[in-house]
Amino acid sequence: MSIVIENLSKDYGAAPVLSGISTVIATGEFVAVLGASGCGKSTLLNVIAGLEPPTVGSVAVPAGGAAFMFQDAALLPWLTARANIELALEMRGIPRAERRHRADGLLELVHLSDAGTKRPHELSGGMRQRASLARALGQDKEVLLMDEPFAALDAITRDLLHDELERLWRAHRRTVVFVTHNVREAVRLGQRILLLSSRPGRIAAQWKIDPSVRSDPAAAAKLTQDITARLREEIRHHAH
Amino acid sequence: MPTSQSATATAAVDTPTDTPIDNRLENLKELEAGLDHLQEDTAPVRRPVATRLLLPLGTLAALVSLWQLLAWFASPRVDLVPGPIEVLGTAAGLLVDGRLAEAVATSLQRGVLGFLLALGIGTPLGLLLAASPLLRRGVGPLVSGLQVLPSVAWVPAAIIWFGLTDATVYFVVVMGATPSIINGLLSGVDTVPPQYRRLGTVLGASRIQGLLRIVLPAALPGYLAGLKQGWAFSWRSLMAAEIIAVGGSIGFGLGSLLQQGRDLSSMAVVSCAILAILVVGIVIELLVFAPAERRLLRRRGLAPGAGR
Ligand SMILES: Nc1ncnc2c1ncn2[C@@H]1O[C@H](COP(=O)(O)OP(=O)(O)O)[C@@H](O)[C@H]1O
Ligand SMILES: [Mg+2]
Repeated sequence: MSIVIENLSKDYGAAPVLSGISTVIATGEFVAVLGASGCGKSTLLNVIAGLEPPTVGSVAVPAGGAAFMFQDAALLPWLTARANIELALEMRGIPRAERRHRADGLLELVHLSDAGTKRPHELSGGMRQRASLARALGQDKEVLLMDEPFAALDAITRDLLHDELERLWRAHRRTVVFVTHNVREAVRLGQRILLLSSRPGRIAAQWKIDPSVRSDPAAAAKLTQDITARLREEIRHHAH
Repeated sequence: MPTSQSATATAAVDTPTDTPIDNRLENLKELEAGLDHLQEDTAPVRRPVATRLLLPLGTLAALVSLWQLLAWFASPRVDLVPGPIEVLGTAAGLLVDGRLAEAVATSLQRGVLGFLLALGIGTPLGLLLAASPLLRRGVGPLVSGLQVLPSVAWVPAAIIWFGLTDATVYFVVVMGATPSIINGLLSGVDTVPPQYRRLGTVLGASRIQGLLRIVLPAALPGYLAGLKQGWAFSWRSLMAAEIIAVGGSIGFGLGSLLQQGRDLSSMAVVSCAILAILVVGIVIELLVFAPAERRLLRRRGLAPGAGR
């Protein structure tokens, strides 16, 4: 077992943001967390990452913590793409002599070998997210937490990054918790989908995605429809 | 075209070892490379040198013409409103007898040294305040108050403490510049995006690593703005000190030249001194701060301020 969340609740003093969340995420599992904006997806991820303490309950992650990928790539603008990756290696305690070589390998992994000397503002949105992904992989943690990492990208770029992420996940087998508000994205990537309700955020429903669904467009479309309907139902609760 | 079709076919036959996986990967790589090229910034548009040089020079010409016009209107009173030509003549005279060069050299040396002193004092103090919120709550308002306090106010006190010596001048300059440098550093640290700090936490940075590798580099633009303002305060305080504190063992600076012009009731000398003070300010800005700022902002993909 990789991540164990038990009866997790979180509030910021006022109304609860998350309430009574319990789930177990297996090693190497790809879980998509789906929910409307403001339902507490980022909060959940921040608690798992240890950026925020839980108010009630507990979260257990593997020793050494988790790697994190932010929605905006959060690359440091004064460093080149390679230096941004090297920074993650430095903070892991990798000796200087090795960092350069390893960073080049990570850049190659996300097909950015030619962009290592560029600064973030010289990269397109998709390239920035790939550099950010390379940095997260450079943290070399068993768990990778991703907070709507592709939400700001155009659809063509996002599709490509889905392929890229799936490829890397198959090759490197991290435990991934992927937050999104996009049903299609969740169905495209997740082995399991957790639907969060809003105010408070609870696990309203979950689906296991059979791998065969992804190779069958009709089945994928049907599932996407079902999940969308369920999501809308959750949102309708708040109409009154 | 049949030729190109057969060429593709040959290429496919030439690489029979390709597995479907390799193909997919190659495909993905190629697609990404195509998108990358399409979305990358093209070369930045640079303003032609002509407008960068011509506009300020044109403004200068217009101002000098206006000045000449004013001098003509006041023509019987050349002593009150000397024209550009008279002032140029006086400047030549001051250059020949060495007074102008001495004044510029003395003031510049003091201004730079005083500024460096303020830098050496303000930077560690700023870091200390940035690192300790408690200390900052106590001392911060005082620093902001000192920044507003006109540094001329320190001149009488400095004369009482240090007499008519260079120490008086340096004291006033340091008191004038240090608060700006401290506050620049603090505002630089305050405006570090919270995302960067979170990144530091996620990457497992220690407190000192986070400070050195993330917070301080992120605070650099604010710090530089503080230094720029600190220099401006140094230069202004210096002039105030030089005008008031004349004589003793104090050297002859631009402020002293200004004061001398007043004693002689020579508007031409006064104009020369004012122009020299202005020119030094502009030259330092153009040679030191503007390039540093441009370089810093350009590296980070932030547009440099207009007019440069
Ligand atoms: N630091 C915070 N302080 C107070 N309220 C917060 C804080 N962070 C998030 N919230 C609140 O928690 C709720 C969930 O936010 P968030 O987790 O960002 O949602 P999501 O990522 O699903 O869009 C929102 O109503 C938000 O206002
Ligand atoms: Mg969010």
